[in-house]
Amino acid sequence: MAITAFTGVATSTDASPRRKKSWVALVLLLPGLLYLVLFFIVPLVSLVITSLQVPSPTAFGQYDTAFNWQTYGVVISTYGTQILRSFLYALLATIFALLFSYPLAYFIGVKVRRYPILQGLMLVLVIAPFFISFLLRTLAWKAILSDDGVVVGGLKALSLMGSQDHLTGTPVAVVFGLTYNFIPFMCLPLYTTLERLDVRYLEASNDLYAGTFETFRKVILPLSLPGIVSGTLLTFIPATGDYVNASSEFLGGASSTMVGNVIQSNFLVQLNYPVAAALSIILMAIILVIVSLYVKRSGTDDLV
Amino acid sequence: MTRPLPQDPMIQRLIQHASNASVSRRTMMQTAGVAAATLALAACSTAAGSKPTAATDVSSTTKTLNWANWSYYLDLKGKTYPTLVAFEKQTGITVNYAVAVDDNNTYYAKVKDQLALGQDIGADTVCLTDWMVSRLIGLGYTQKLDHSKIPNISNLSASLQKPDFDPGRDYSLPWQSGFAGLCWNKEKLPNGLKNVSDLWDPALKGKVGVLSEMRDTIGLIMMEQGVDVASKNWGDAQFSKAIDEFRTQVKSGQIRNIKGNSYADDLKSGDTIAAIVWSGDVTSINGEVGGDKFGFALPETGGTLWSDNYIVPIGSSKKANAEKLMNYYYEPEVAATVAAFVNYITPVTGAKEAMAKIDPSLVDNQLIFPDAATLAKAKIFRTLTNAEQSKYTVEFESVGLGA
Repeated sequence: MAITAFTGVATSTDASPRRKKSWVALVLLLPGLLYLVLFFIVPLVSLVITSLQVPSPTAFGQYDTAFNWQTYGVVISTYGTQILRSFLYALLATIFALLFSYPLAYFIGVKVRRYPILQGLMLVLVIAPFFISFLLRTLAWKAILSDDGVVVGGLKALSLMGSQDHLTGTPVAVVFGLTYNFIPFMCLPLYTTLERLDVRYLEASNDLYAGTFETFRKVILPLSLPGIVSGTLLTFIPATGDYVNASSEFLGGASSTMVGNVIQSNFLVQLNYPVAAALSIILMAIILVIVSLYVKRSGTDDLV
Repeated sequence: MTRPLPQDPMIQRLIQHASNASVSRRTMMQTAGVAAATLALAACSTAAGSKPTAATDVSSTTKTLNWANWSYYLDLKGKTYPTLVAFEKQTGITVNYAVAVDDNNTYYAKVKDQLALGQDIGADTVCLTDWMVSRLIGLGYTQKLDHSKIPNISNLSASLQKPDFDPGRDYSLPWQSGFAGLCWNKEKLPNGLKNVSDLWDPALKGKVGVLSEMRDTIGLIMMEQGVDVASKNWGDAQFSKAIDEFRTQVKSGQIRNIKGNSYADDLKSGDTIAAIVWSGDVTSINGEVGGDKFGFALPETGGTLWSDNYIVPIGSSKKANAEKLMNYYYEPEVAATVAAFVNYITPVTGAKEAMAKIDPSLVDNQLIFPDAATLAKAKIFRTLTNAEQSKYTVEFESVGLGA
């Protein structure tokens, strides 16, 4: 996006007589461009090169430059399950976060609009978890959901869980962790759009004999669509690549590993950098495709 | 006022590029493109073949030392380490002791780039397991120890003097040795565990933890399958058989977790009640939960015996201080004090006699001073070739990833 903006400015430089002003715009753009080149383009090129390397025959954990595109095939056949699982978990977490956040955001943004103090207080409650490290919060959940913890004990007492069942290390715990950790990212964009919702539309809808559900479907939902789109994107993209919740150090186990954990293991333990790089690129490509389709479908490309 | 340039060679190269490039508007994008390409190449090229050189020793002027180690590995009283405090008083060296190692592989991954460039990794000495030390020495990432500065090296027990990766102990010195064996929650499993196969009891489903250290977890399974892990007459077939068993137990959900030192959290929280663990830790975990809650035993088919060794990373500028520290912990009395707390096998001869004065009840403790019968049950996992190391790690990791 920034690149097109830049070329746009550059062409106008040649066409327009007001050279000086464009020059200022260019200078203002420079830090951002440099940032993009240095911290996005260069790492991306380096990542692609790494993914094509072959193991050095002499030393363990060292690689020589090559054009070994077969790595991609190997990666997909070996870790296909984990890649699909990541998208499934991220999708579930996004849906749960949306179902949980929408009523909450609506309540804060519309219902308590008349009480600014209460509204502020409730917003603080949504944001407050951010004051504690993400890792600590997840570790706390691990303790709460552990076998000797209250949740498992309670569910077992109610016979909702078998005597040998457990929560940590299962897909349930991972999806729960993802949902919990991304709720603020879903809630805040929803709040900002719902907060601007003009309630006179609702009155009008009511006057025109629309029921509560129909008002929601035909008025509130379309008006809050920008919030839903940005909220789901802010949740779905990082959740797909998340490796903390699914890590066995936190809420996951061998049956619930996500692509982030596979990348971590390949990068840090197996020292298999080409595989880790190829996985990262595949993940990036799939997310790019999904997101562009999604944005196109929801018809809000001017918002993103 | 001129500031010194950053030490990182990649940054230096970048600065050079920046100062050479003319900043005319026309060439700016070109320059940026060239710089980006160079940087990308620089980031990719590994300094294969060229070994880093040791940093200049500033120990005589800088009286500090950073020591990275595993958890439950030094005598702890309240919030201080008594033997370390005594060392600081004796030598005037301030030691920053960091529990920074949870797993050999993850620690290596954190520091390897600095090691390859000969930079300081934030530790002047670190204790790592034999096979990892072997790799570091092979890559030239360690500094040669000056034995004349460690006179107490004469106390090194005979069996540890000539490991195949460092026959003269020129680059490494044992810190502690220990076993990998079985641990169980005594309240939930009053009968204890005798063999690795006891972990596969259906009653323990989802309550079993194993170590992320491949040689320990797979080593124990292989020994139960009748393989002598110390001998050279086993290969891919025997390893794969053990991996298959491991995979079956992970897939069925029998094994809950595969972890490094953090397995202690799972035992304490009750997520696991039986596990493959490192011998001495059990005493420390019992100390933390305040009671004799966890038991430890070597499997009847045998456990693995390993050592963690001090090394001085190539980028450390305080080798002499590190040598002083090693020399201090090779005093029999000091070694006995540490051993009495950590319950690991001390590599220092004379510590047993010293222990008789500190705590006579520990003299016969098999975890600290194993006798011939105990040692006969423990095997050192043989050194793997590079190809084996790479292949086996991939197989072992794939189980944990469920792939």
